[in-house]
Amino acid sequence: MEVRVLLFASYADAFGSPNVSVTVREGATVKELLARVKEMAVGHSLPPAPLIAINQEYAAPGDVVRAGDEVALIPPVAGG
Amino acid sequence: MLPDLARDEISRYARHLIIPSVGVEGQRKLKAARVLIVGAGGLGSPVALYLAAAGVGHIGLVDFDVVDVTNLQRQILHGTKDIGRSKLESARDTIADINPHVELTTYETALTSNNALDIIRQYDLVVDGTDNFPTRYLVNDACVLLGKPNVYGSIFRFEGQASVFSAKDGPCYRCLFPEPPPPGTVPSCAEGGVLGVLPGLIGTIQATEAIKLIIGIGDPLVGRLLLVDALAAQFRSVNVRKNPACPACGTREITELIDYDQFCGIPQAAAAMSAAGEMPEITPIELAERLRAGDVDLIDVREQNEWDFARIPGARLIPMGEFPEASSELDRNRDIVVQCRSGMRSGKVLRQLQAAGFTRVWNLAGGILRWSDEVDPSVPKY
Repeated sequence: MEVRVLLFASYADAFGSPNVSVTVREGATVKELLARVKEMAVGHSLPPAPLIAINQEYAAPGDVVRAGDEVALIPPVAGG
Repeated sequence: MLPDLARDEISRYARHLIIPSVGVEGQRKLKAARVLIVGAGGLGSPVALYLAAAGVGHIGLVDFDVVDVTNLQRQILHGTKDIGRSKLESARDTIADINPHVELTTYETALTSNNALDIIRQYDLVVDGTDNFPTRYLVNDACVLLGKPNVYGSIFRFEGQASVFSAKDGPCYRCLFPEPPPPGTVPSCAEGGVLGVLPGLIGTIQATEAIKLIIGIGDPLVGRLLLVDALAAQFRSVNVRKNPACPACGTREITELIDYDQFCGIPQAAAAMSAAGEMPEITPIELAERLRAGDVDLIDVREQNEWDFARIPGARLIPMGEFPEASSELDRNRDIVVQCRSGMRSGKVLRQLQAAGFTRVWNLAGGILRWSDEVDPSVPKY
Protein backbone atom coordinates (compact mmCIF):
# COMPACT_ATOMS: atom_id res chain seq x y z
CA MET A 1 0.00 0.00 0.00
CA GLU A 2 1.05 3.56 -0.61
CA VAL A 3 1.37 5.93 2.34
CA ARG A 4 1.79 9.69 2.13
CA VAL A 5 4.28 11.09 4.60
CA LEU A 6 4.12 14.79 5.54
CA LEU A 7 7.44 16.52 6.10
CA PHE A 8 7.98 19.73 8.02
CA ALA A 9 10.62 22.48 8.25
CA SER A 10 14.18 21.14 7.77
CA TYR A 11 12.91 17.69 6.69
CA ALA A 12 10.79 19.23 3.92
CA ASP A 13 13.84 21.27 2.94
CA ALA A 14 16.09 18.22 2.77
CA PHE A 15 13.59 16.29 0.63
CA GLY A 16 12.72 19.36 -1.45
CA SER A 17 9.00 18.68 -0.87
CA PRO A 18 6.44 18.96 1.95
CA ASN A 19 5.44 15.32 1.44
CA VAL A 20 6.64 12.03 -0.04
CA SER A 21 4.89 8.77 -0.89
CA VAL A 22 6.31 5.40 0.08
CA THR A 23 5.08 1.87 -0.58
CA VAL A 24 4.95 -0.51 2.37
CA ARG A 25 3.32 -3.89 2.98
CA GLU A 26 -0.14 -4.10 4.58
CA GLY A 27 0.31 -4.15 8.33
CA ALA A 28 3.70 -2.46 8.21
CA THR A 29 4.95 -0.79 11.38
CA VAL A 30 6.14 2.79 11.81
CA LYS A 31 9.67 1.42 11.98
CA GLU A 32 9.33 -0.28 8.58
CA LEU A 33 7.81 2.84 7.06
CA LEU A 34 10.66 4.94 8.40
CA ALA A 35 13.17 2.49 6.90
CA ARG A 36 11.48 3.03 3.48
CA VAL A 37 11.75 6.82 3.81
CA LYS A 38 15.41 6.48 4.80
CA GLU A 39 16.11 4.53 1.62
CA MET A 40 15.16 7.60 -0.42
CA ALA A 41 17.89 9.85 -1.86
CA VAL A 42 18.25 12.24 1.10
CA GLY A 43 16.61 9.92 3.64
CA HIS A 44 19.91 9.22 5.37
CA SER A 45 19.82 12.78 6.73
CA LEU A 46 16.94 11.83 9.05
CA PRO A 47 17.82 11.06 12.66
CA PRO A 48 17.61 7.43 13.86
CA ALA A 49 14.32 8.02 15.71
CA PRO A 50 12.50 11.15 14.48
CA LEU A 51 9.26 12.31 16.08
CA ILE A 52 6.43 10.68 14.10
CA ALA A 53 2.67 11.24 14.31
CA ILE A 54 -0.08 9.23 12.66
CA ASN A 55 -3.39 11.02 12.20
CA GLN A 56 -2.14 13.74 14.54
CA GLU A 57 -1.34 11.26 17.35
CA TYR A 58 2.17 10.43 18.57
CA ALA A 59 3.24 7.09 17.01
CA ALA A 60 5.63 4.55 18.57
CA PRO A 61 8.02 2.51 16.35
CA GLY A 62 5.89 -0.64 16.76
CA ASP A 63 2.56 1.01 15.82
CA VAL A 64 0.89 -0.25 12.64
CA VAL A 65 0.35 2.06 9.66
CA ARG A 66 -2.91 1.74 7.73
CA ALA A 67 -3.84 2.76 4.19
CA GLY A 68 -5.02 6.36 4.14
CA ASP A 69 -3.22 7.29 7.35
CA GLU A 70 -1.67 10.74 7.54
CA VAL A 71 1.90 10.18 8.69
CA ALA A 72 3.92 13.21 9.77
CA LEU A 73 7.67 13.47 10.40
CA ILE A 74 8.32 16.35 12.77
CA PRO A 75 11.81 17.81 13.07
CA PRO A 76 13.27 19.70 16.00
CA VAL A 77 13.35 23.44 15.28
CA ALA A 78 15.42 25.88 17.32
CA GLY A 79 14.95 29.33 15.81
CA GLY A 80 13.60 32.09 17.96
CA MET B 1 -3.89 37.19 48.52
CA LEU B 2 -4.18 38.62 45.04
CA PRO B 3 -3.20 42.29 44.61
CA ASP B 4 -5.97 44.85 44.12
CA LEU B 5 -6.39 46.80 40.91
CA ALA B 6 -5.99 50.58 41.12
CA ARG B 7 -8.57 52.78 39.43
CA ASP B 8 -6.44 53.49 36.38
CA GLU B 9 -5.75 49.78 36.04
CA ILE B 10 -9.47 49.08 35.95
CA SER B 11 -9.80 51.42 32.97
CA ARG B 12 -6.68 50.06 31.30
CA TYR B 13 -7.84 46.45 31.51
CA ALA B 14 -11.56 47.15 30.91
CA ARG B 15 -11.75 44.87 27.84
CA HIS B 16 -10.43 42.00 29.93
CA LEU B 17 -12.60 42.74 32.95
CA ILE B 18 -15.83 42.50 30.97
CA ILE B 19 -15.00 38.96 29.78
CA PRO B 20 -16.82 36.81 32.35
CA SER B 21 -14.13 34.11 32.48
CA VAL B 22 -11.38 36.68 33.08
CA GLY B 23 -13.05 39.35 35.19
CA VAL B 24 -11.45 41.14 38.11
CA GLU B 25 -10.10 37.93 39.57
CA GLY B 26 -8.38 36.90 36.32
CA GLN B 27 -6.87 40.35 36.00
CA ARG B 28 -5.63 40.22 39.58
CA LYS B 29 -4.04 36.83 38.84
CA LEU B 30 -2.24 38.44 35.89
CA LYS B 31 -1.06 41.25 38.16
CA ALA B 32 0.24 38.73 40.69
CA ALA B 33 1.98 36.62 38.04
CA ARG B 34 5.72 36.41 37.51
CA VAL B 35 6.76 35.32 34.00
CA LEU B 36 10.31 34.81 32.77
CA ILE B 37 10.91 35.32 29.05
CA VAL B 38 14.16 33.80 27.81
CA GLY B 39 15.33 35.78 24.77
CA ALA B 40 14.29 39.29 23.70
CA GLY B 41 14.42 38.48 19.99
CA GLY B 42 11.87 37.31 17.42
CA LEU B 43 9.66 35.31 19.80
CA GLY B 44 10.48 37.25 22.95
CA SER B 45 9.34 40.52 21.35
CA PRO B 46 5.64 39.75 20.83
CA VAL B 47 5.56 37.70 24.03
CA ALA B 48 6.91 40.60 26.12
CA LEU B 49 4.73 43.19 24.37
CA TYR B 50 1.49 41.26 24.83
CA LEU B 51 2.19 40.04 28.35
CA ALA B 52 3.08 43.58 29.38
CA ALA B 53 -0.02 45.00 27.69
CA ALA B 54 -2.16 42.29 29.31
CA GLY B 55 -1.01 43.38 32.76
CA VAL B 56 1.33 40.59 33.86
CA GLY B 57 2.65 42.17 37.04
CA HIS B 58 6.24 41.01 36.91
CA ILE B 59 8.20 40.12 33.79
CA GLY B 60 11.77 38.84 33.78
CA LEU B 61 13.74 39.09 30.56
CA VAL B 62 17.01 37.29 29.77
CA ASP B 63 19.22 38.35 26.85
CA PHE B 64 22.82 39.42 26.28
CA ASP B 65 22.58 40.70 22.73
CA VAL B 66 22.72 44.12 21.13
CA VAL B 67 20.11 45.33 18.61
CA ASP B 68 21.34 44.82 15.05
CA VAL B 69 19.69 46.25 11.94
CA THR B 70 18.97 42.69 10.68
CA ASN B 71 16.83 42.09 13.82
CA LEU B 72 14.30 44.80 13.00
CA GLN B 73 12.43 42.81 10.33
CA ARG B 74 10.86 40.75 13.15
CA GLN B 75 12.02 41.82 16.63
CA ILE B 76 9.31 44.39 17.27
CA LEU B 77 10.44 45.27 20.80
CA HIS B 78 13.22 47.24 19.15
CA GLY B 79 13.24 50.12 16.67
CA THR B 80 15.64 51.81 14.29
CA LYS B 81 16.72 54.25 17.04
CA ASP B 82 17.80 51.25 19.16
CA ILE B 83 20.43 49.86 16.75
CA GLY B 84 23.59 49.24 18.76
CA ARG B 85 21.79 49.42 22.14
CA SER B 86 21.43 46.52 24.51
CA LYS B 87 18.23 44.61 23.71
CA LEU B 88 17.26 44.72 27.37
CA GLU B 89 17.55 48.51 27.58
CA SER B 90 15.53 48.85 24.41
CA ALA B 91 12.94 46.37 25.75
CA ARG B 92 12.74 48.30 29.02
CA ASP B 93 11.78 51.52 27.21
CA THR B 94 9.22 49.81 24.98
CA ILE B 95 7.59 47.92 27.85
CA ALA B 96 7.48 51.01 30.10
CA ASP B 97 5.68 52.85 27.33
CA ILE B 98 3.15 50.07 26.75
CA ASN B 99 2.39 49.53 30.42
CA PRO B 100 4.11 51.41 33.25
CA HIS B 101 2.44 49.12 35.79
CA VAL B 102 4.70 46.23 34.79
CA GLU B 103 7.68 45.54 36.98
CA LEU B 104 10.56 44.39 34.77
CA THR B 105 13.67 42.54 35.89
CA THR B 106 16.40 42.20 33.30
CA TYR B 107 19.20 39.64 33.23
CA GLU B 108 21.94 40.77 30.85
CA THR B 109 23.54 37.35 30.57
CA ALA B 110 23.29 34.11 28.69
CA LEU B 111 21.13 31.58 30.54
CA THR B 112 23.61 28.92 31.71
CA SER B 113 23.68 25.80 33.84
CA ASN B 114 25.15 27.97 36.61
CA ASN B 115 22.43 30.64 36.73
CA ALA B 116 19.29 29.01 35.26
CA LEU B 117 17.87 27.48 38.45
CA ASP B 118 18.44 30.64 40.51
CA ILE B 119 16.74 32.81 37.90
CA ILE B 120 13.85 30.51 36.96
CA ARG B 121 13.08 29.67 40.60
CA GLN B 122 11.77 33.22 41.09
CA TYR B 123 9.05 32.88 38.41
CA ASP B 124 5.72 31.07 38.01
CA LEU B 125 6.32 30.08 34.42
CA VAL B 126 8.87 30.39 31.66
CA VAL B 127 8.41 31.38 28.02
CA ASP B 128 11.14 29.92 25.83
CA GLY B 129 12.12 32.29 23.04
CA THR B 130 15.71 31.13 22.64
CA ASP B 131 17.38 30.45 19.31
CA ASN B 132 19.58 27.41 19.84
CA PHE B 133 19.34 23.78 20.93
CA PRO B 134 21.65 23.84 23.98
CA THR B 135 19.59 26.62 25.60
CA ARG B 136 16.31 24.85 24.73
CA TYR B 137 17.45 21.70 26.54
CA LEU B 138 18.73 23.84 29.41
CA VAL B 139 15.38 25.66 29.77
CA ASN B 140 13.56 22.33 29.58
CA ASP B 141 15.62 20.57 32.22
CA ALA B 142 15.59 23.56 34.57
CA CYS B 143 11.79 23.84 34.27
CA VAL B 144 11.36 20.10 34.89
CA LEU B 145 13.65 20.19 37.94
CA LEU B 146 11.76 23.17 39.38
CA GLY B 147 8.29 22.04 38.28
CA LYS B 148 7.63 25.22 36.25
CA PRO B 149 5.57 25.16 33.05
CA ASN B 150 7.65 25.92 29.94
CA VAL B 151 5.73 27.70 27.19
CA TYR B 152 7.69 26.62 24.15
CA GLY B 153 7.85 28.11 20.67
CA SER B 154 10.30 27.82 17.80
CA ILE B 155 10.48 29.01 14.21
CA PHE B 156 12.08 28.19 10.87
CA ARG B 157 11.42 30.15 7.66
CA PHE B 158 7.62 29.83 7.25
CA GLU B 159 6.98 27.21 9.93
CA GLY B 160 6.76 27.12 13.68
CA GLN B 161 5.99 24.93 16.66
CA ALA B 162 4.42 25.71 20.00
CA SER B 163 3.55 23.68 23.09
CA VAL B 164 3.40 23.82 26.87
CA PHE B 165 6.03 21.52 28.36
CA SER B 166 6.78 20.44 31.87
CA ALA B 167 3.24 21.07 33.07
CA LYS B 168 1.66 18.65 35.52
CA ASP B 169 1.04 15.32 33.70
CA GLY B 170 2.30 16.65 30.36
CA PRO B 171 5.43 15.72 28.42
CA CYS B 172 8.60 17.78 28.32
CA TYR B 173 10.75 18.83 25.36
CA ARG B 174 13.00 15.80 25.86
CA CYS B 175 10.03 13.41 25.65
CA LEU B 176 9.54 14.60 22.05
CA PHE B 177 13.13 15.24 21.07
CA PRO B 178 15.33 13.00 23.26
CA GLU B 179 18.40 13.50 21.07
CA PRO B 180 19.59 16.90 19.83
CA PRO B 181 20.28 17.03 16.09
CA PRO B 182 23.97 16.99 15.11
CA PRO B 183 25.42 20.53 15.10
CA GLY B 184 25.02 22.32 11.79
CA THR B 185 22.15 20.15 10.51
CA VAL B 186 19.31 22.48 11.51
CA PRO B 187 19.82 26.04 10.27
CA SER B 188 19.28 28.98 12.63
CA CYS B 189 17.26 32.06 11.61
CA ALA B 190 20.56 33.76 10.67
CA GLU B 191 21.50 30.84 8.41
CA GLY B 192 18.12 29.73 7.05
CA GLY B 193 16.14 32.95 7.21
CA VAL B 194 12.70 33.47 8.72
CA LEU B 195 9.58 35.31 7.61
CA GLY B 196 9.42 38.39 9.82
CA VAL B 197 5.80 37.90 10.83
CA LEU B 198 6.29 34.22 11.78
CA PRO B 199 7.67 34.89 15.29
CA GLY B 200 4.64 37.16 15.64
CA LEU B 201 2.35 34.22 14.91
CA ILE B 202 4.16 31.81 17.22
CA GLY B 203 5.01 34.35 19.93
CA THR B 204 1.38 35.45 20.25
CA ILE B 205 0.41 31.79 20.66
CA GLN B 206 2.99 31.54 23.45
CA ALA B 207 1.67 34.72 25.07
CA THR B 208 -1.90 33.37 24.80
CA GLU B 209 -0.87 30.09 26.45
CA ALA B 210 0.94 31.94 29.24
CA ILE B 211 -2.15 34.05 29.95
CA LYS B 212 -4.41 30.95 29.92
CA LEU B 213 -2.12 29.19 32.38
CA ILE B 214 -2.01 32.21 34.69
CA ILE B 215 -5.76 32.77 34.74
CA GLY B 216 -6.54 29.06 34.64
CA ILE B 217 -8.93 29.09 31.69
CA GLY B 218 -9.29 27.04 28.52
CA ASP B 219 -7.37 24.00 27.30
CA PRO B 220 -3.66 24.69 27.37
CA LEU B 221 -1.31 23.17 24.78
CA VAL B 222 -0.23 20.55 27.32
CA GLY B 223 0.30 17.19 25.61
CA ARG B 224 -0.14 18.80 22.20
CA LEU B 225 2.46 20.09 19.77
CA LEU B 226 1.04 22.80 17.52
CA LEU B 227 2.61 22.88 14.04
CA VAL B 228 2.08 26.10 12.12
CA ASP B 229 2.69 26.30 8.39
CA ALA B 230 2.26 29.90 7.30
CA LEU B 231 2.61 29.14 3.58
CA ALA B 232 -0.08 26.46 3.61
CA ALA B 233 -2.10 28.50 6.14
CA GLN B 234 -2.44 25.35 8.23
CA PHE B 235 -2.42 24.73 11.95
CA ARG B 236 -2.04 21.08 13.01
CA SER B 237 -2.05 19.99 16.59
CA VAL B 238 -0.41 16.64 17.25
CA ASN B 239 -1.19 14.79 20.48
CA VAL B 240 2.04 13.88 22.22
CA ARG B 241 2.63 12.02 25.44
CA LYS B 242 4.99 11.81 28.31
CA ASN B 243 7.79 9.29 27.70
CA PRO B 244 8.16 7.11 30.81
CA ALA B 245 11.83 6.59 29.88
CA CYS B 246 12.50 10.35 29.59
CA PRO B 247 15.62 11.04 31.70
CA ALA B 248 14.25 14.47 32.67
CA CYS B 249 10.57 14.02 33.56
CA GLY B 250 10.21 10.19 33.41
CA THR B 251 12.96 8.33 35.26
CA ARG B 252 14.22 11.64 36.68
CA GLU B 253 17.83 10.52 36.34
CA ILE B 254 18.70 14.13 35.45
CA THR B 255 18.96 15.57 38.94
CA GLU B 256 21.07 18.60 38.10
CA LEU B 257 21.82 20.75 35.07
CA ILE B 258 24.50 19.42 32.75
CA ASP B 259 26.83 20.90 30.12
CA TYR B 260 24.36 21.51 27.28
CA ASP B 261 26.93 22.47 24.65
CA GLN B 262 28.57 19.10 25.30
CA PHE B 263 25.17 17.35 25.19
CA CYS B 264 24.44 18.96 21.81
CA GLY B 265 27.85 17.92 20.44
CA ILE B 266 29.16 21.45 19.90
CA PRO B 267 32.71 21.09 21.33
CA GLN B 268 32.98 17.65 19.69
CA ALA B 269 32.12 19.15 16.28
CA ALA B 270 34.68 21.92 16.79
CA ALA B 271 37.30 19.34 17.76
CA ALA B 272 36.53 17.28 14.65
CA MET B 273 36.90 20.43 12.57
CA SER B 274 40.35 21.21 13.99
CA ALA B 275 41.42 17.54 13.89
CA ALA B 276 41.04 17.80 10.12
CA GLY B 277 44.00 20.20 10.24
CA GLU B 278 44.15 23.97 10.33
CA MET B 279 41.77 25.66 7.92
CA PRO B 280 43.79 27.37 5.18
CA GLU B 281 42.48 30.93 5.22
CA ILE B 282 42.95 34.16 3.33
CA THR B 283 42.00 37.61 4.67
CA PRO B 284 39.76 39.95 2.64
CA ILE B 285 42.67 42.36 2.03
CA GLU B 286 44.91 39.56 0.74
CA LEU B 287 42.08 38.33 -1.48
CA ALA B 288 41.51 41.81 -2.93
CA GLU B 289 45.17 41.93 -3.97
CA ARG B 290 45.05 38.44 -5.48
CA LEU B 291 41.88 39.33 -7.42
CA ARG B 292 43.57 42.43 -8.81
CA ALA B 293 46.51 40.25 -9.90
CA GLY B 294 44.00 37.82 -11.45
CA ASP B 295 45.83 34.73 -10.21
CA VAL B 296 43.04 33.21 -8.12
CA ASP B 297 39.58 31.69 -8.75
CA LEU B 298 36.95 32.91 -6.27
CA ILE B 299 34.04 30.52 -5.73
CA ASP B 300 30.92 31.76 -3.88
CA VAL B 301 29.11 28.76 -2.34
CA ARG B 302 25.98 30.62 -1.17
CA GLU B 303 22.53 30.32 -2.73
CA GLN B 304 21.34 32.19 -5.83
CA ASN B 305 18.97 34.40 -3.80
CA GLU B 306 21.84 35.59 -1.60
CA TRP B 307 24.03 36.20 -4.66
CA ASP B 308 21.25 38.36 -6.13
CA PHE B 309 21.60 41.09 -3.50
CA ALA B 310 25.22 40.86 -2.31
CA ARG B 311 28.34 39.53 -3.99
CA ILE B 312 32.06 40.10 -4.37
CA PRO B 313 32.96 41.23 -7.90
CA GLY B 314 34.90 38.53 -9.70
CA ALA B 315 33.32 35.64 -7.81
CA ARG B 316 31.62 32.68 -9.49
CA LEU B 317 28.50 31.18 -7.90
CA ILE B 318 28.44 27.43 -7.23
CA PRO B 319 25.90 26.78 -4.41
CA MET B 320 27.07 24.49 -1.65
CA GLY B 321 24.51 21.81 -2.53
CA GLU B 322 26.20 21.28 -5.92
CA PHE B 323 29.37 19.99 -4.22
CA PRO B 324 31.15 17.57 -4.32
CA GLU B 325 30.00 16.95 -7.95
CA ALA B 326 30.77 20.55 -9.00
CA SER B 327 34.42 20.15 -7.98
CA SER B 328 35.07 18.63 -11.44
CA GLU B 329 34.42 22.13 -12.88
CA LEU B 330 37.29 23.63 -10.88
CA ASP B 331 40.86 24.02 -12.10
CA ARG B 332 43.16 22.14 -9.74
CA ASN B 333 46.17 23.91 -11.19
CA ARG B 334 45.04 27.32 -9.96
CA ASP B 335 44.66 28.74 -6.46
CA ILE B 336 41.02 28.57 -5.38
CA VAL B 337 39.33 30.68 -2.69
CA VAL B 338 35.90 29.60 -1.43
CA GLN B 339 33.61 32.13 0.19
CA CYS B 340 30.14 32.45 1.77
CA ARG B 341 28.43 34.92 4.12
CA SER B 342 30.47 34.27 7.28
CA GLY B 343 32.97 31.57 6.30
CA MET B 344 31.02 28.68 7.88
CA ARG B 345 29.56 27.07 4.76
CA SER B 346 32.64 27.71 2.63
CA GLY B 347 34.71 26.04 5.39
CA LYS B 348 32.63 22.89 4.92
CA VAL B 349 33.04 23.04 1.14
CA LEU B 350 36.78 23.53 1.60
CA ARG B 351 36.93 20.30 3.62
CA GLN B 352 35.05 18.48 0.85
CA LEU B 353 37.50 19.82 -1.73
CA GLN B 354 40.46 18.74 0.40
CA ALA B 355 38.90 15.29 0.68
CA ALA B 356 38.60 15.26 -3.12
CA GLY B 357 42.35 15.89 -3.38
CA PHE B 358 42.45 19.67 -3.87
CA THR B 359 45.52 21.18 -2.22
CA ARG B 360 45.44 24.78 -3.45
CA VAL B 361 42.25 25.91 -1.66
CA TRP B 362 41.71 28.70 0.89
CA ASN B 363 38.67 29.91 2.82
CA LEU B 364 37.84 33.63 2.86
CA ALA B 365 38.06 34.42 6.60
CA GLY B 366 34.85 36.05 7.83
CA GLY B 367 33.17 35.77 4.42
CA ILE B 368 31.22 38.62 2.85
CA LEU B 369 30.61 40.17 6.30
CA ARG B 370 34.33 40.82 6.80
CA TRP B 371 34.85 41.71 3.13
CA SER B 372 32.27 44.48 3.58
CA ASP B 373 34.04 45.73 6.73
CA GLU B 374 37.58 45.66 5.41
CA VAL B 375 37.49 46.02 1.63
CA ASP B 376 34.22 47.20 0.13
CA PRO B 377 31.43 48.61 2.34
CA SER B 378 29.16 48.90 -0.71
CA VAL B 379 28.61 45.11 -0.45
CA PRO B 380 25.61 44.82 1.92
CA LYS B 381 25.95 42.87 5.16
CA TYR B 382 23.05 40.61 6.03
